[in-house]
Amino acid sequence: MNGSLEVSEEKIIVQTEESKSWRDNAAWKRFKKNRLALIGAVILMVLLLASIMAPVLAPYSPYDSIKSEAGTLDVLAPPGSEHILGTDSLGRDMLSRIIYGGRVSLSVAFVAVMIATVTGVLLGVIAGYYGRWIDTIIMRITDVVICFPVLFLAITVATILKPNLFNVMLIIGLVSWTTMTRLVRGEVLRLREMDYIEATRAMGQRDFIIIMKHILPNIMAPIVVQGTLQTAEAILTESALSFLGVGVQQPVPSWGNMLNEATSIMVLQFKPWVWMPAGFAILITILCINFVGDGLRDALDPKMKN
Amino acid sequence: MKKYLIKRLLQSIPILIGITIMTFAIMQLAPGNPMQTMIDPKISAEEMQRAQENLGMNDSLPVQYVTWLKEIAQGNFGYTVKTGQSVGGLIVERLPATLLLTGTAFIMAFAIGVPLGVYSATHRYKLPDYVLTVISFVGISIPSFFFGLALIFIFALKLGWLPTSGMITVGADYSGFQLFVDYLKHVTLPAIVLALPTIAVVMRFTRSSMLEVLNQDFIRTADSKGLSKKVVYLKHGLRNALIPVITIFGLSIPFLFGGAYITEHIFNWPGMGSLGIQSIVAREYPVIMALNLFTSILVMSGNLLADVMYAWADPRIRY
Repeated sequence: MNGSLEVSEEKIIVQTEESKSWRDNAAWKRFKKNRLALIGAVILMVLLLASIMAPVLAPYSPYDSIKSEAGTLDVLAPPGSEHILGTDSLGRDMLSRIIYGGRVSLSVAFVAVMIATVTGVLLGVIAGYYGRWIDTIIMRITDVVICFPVLFLAITVATILKPNLFNVMLIIGLVSWTTMTRLVRGEVLRLREMDYIEATRAMGQRDFIIIMKHILPNIMAPIVVQGTLQTAEAILTESALSFLGVGVQQPVPSWGNMLNEATSIMVLQFKPWVWMPAGFAILITILCINFVGDGLRDALDPKMKN
Repeated sequence: MKKYLIKRLLQSIPILIGITIMTFAIMQLAPGNPMQTMIDPKISAEEMQRAQENLGMNDSLPVQYVTWLKEIAQGNFGYTVKTGQSVGGLIVERLPATLLLTGTAFIMAFAIGVPLGVYSATHRYKLPDYVLTVISFVGISIPSFFFGLALIFIFALKLGWLPTSGMITVGADYSGFQLFVDYLKHVTLPAIVLALPTIAVVMRFTRSSMLEVLNQDFIRTADSKGLSKKVVYLKHGLRNALIPVITIFGLSIPFLFGGAYITEHIFNWPGMGSLGIQSIVAREYPVIMALNLFTSILVMSGNLLADVMYAWADPRIRY
């Protein structure tokens, strides 16, 4: 009895998937209409591709100080034919460092958001689905952690731990799960009371199956939107940490630590090519992610608007 | 209302305890003995011995936590590792500068954000609305350190209009009005950097709240009575639209204090934020921890304030 029901259910899912090509998907149509989101998505694609293909695209190694033909170090050389974006105070090619820096900044943000999302969804689902004392405990902990501003907490933990790449990812991930937890818990609470969930439960389905098959797929939209916006936040946090010297460490390039050179007033005033490109790279990336996140929110979940 | 206020205050107690537990837990991760930093290092060896016994440095962690909490409650935030200064004293010394900066940014955020939001809402789907929307996105996307550096580069270094750093001109010895003008010159750039994200948020919030209100029947009534657009928008529309905006009052306070870290660092503003950054560089954990505790309590109070003000401003809301 139970088995036959499940089979027919699967058939329905397959049918709907077949009849729906992604091109005439309602969500995609709504997303397409938002021009800012579309532009943002295209630019992000380019940035992602550039990061993945960094070894191919970068004209020089991001770590080597390049000697000019005369045999001297090209330190703080202005943009020119040899170095499109100039060189930094150690004579390293800026363009190569920007490309590799993007690779570092984007992967840190991506892994951090993965950690935050898995933590947030897990805690949110447990709190929302099981309720009672476990909900109280998880939500009170969330209330406490949310009082510590993400950047503050990240800075504090980063000064205590060794600031290597892995720790930076871990720190940002572990301090930014709270919003996701609250969001997911709210959604699960809403779904848990719905008839189809009660029916599944009445049929004796295990909690794990109910959560994985019936609850999670239905709250994917807000999770994806929140995850996207969280990525922007993670890039911002990483760049701030690296800018302050407690994030990604030299010589590994990250957009944040490249801006650190601008704390020297000489570089700030007379060598703008050393700090401006990295700053604009961060700004454009975060801007595009926010555009895409906003577009996704309107497209996936029209109710969430405003 | 009174009942709600009491309920909300009671709810904050477990959160407050949680905040102290978490701060204490992070302190355990930091190198060095956190309890040792609670003792004034300038006292004699004998007194030190007694103080160490009093603090029970070898007690179990829960006991240490209670002792630590008692010291905090009495205003002892410990002493810096390197110079032996009182952390509480350091913070109190730096507090006025931060209050001045965040206060200026706070006023700026609402004085600019609300009118822009109203303008955006009343010009919906027209060019100014789109331009302001993009600007608000830039406002929440730009890293404060990059924005700050760019402003210094343009307005201080290239144009020479405003000073690059500090709170007042050192050694100028201004007084009265001159001092005020000097302060204004110094505060303009950091306040803009600090206020920008909040301006963007206030603007978007005012816009959507205004749009919602403008859709309602009483606005149509006011409009059909033949009232002027200005009266309808400002007197009938804005007054109702501002109710949800009030919540940002409370929520923006911790945000501004948090943003002060990097902004003060960039502009060399002599407040708590630059104290925090200096402590990070010097690995002065007692100061970092005290600032963490201070900020998180501030965030909690901000949330509380937001909730209470919202309930106070909108009598329709019953809890």
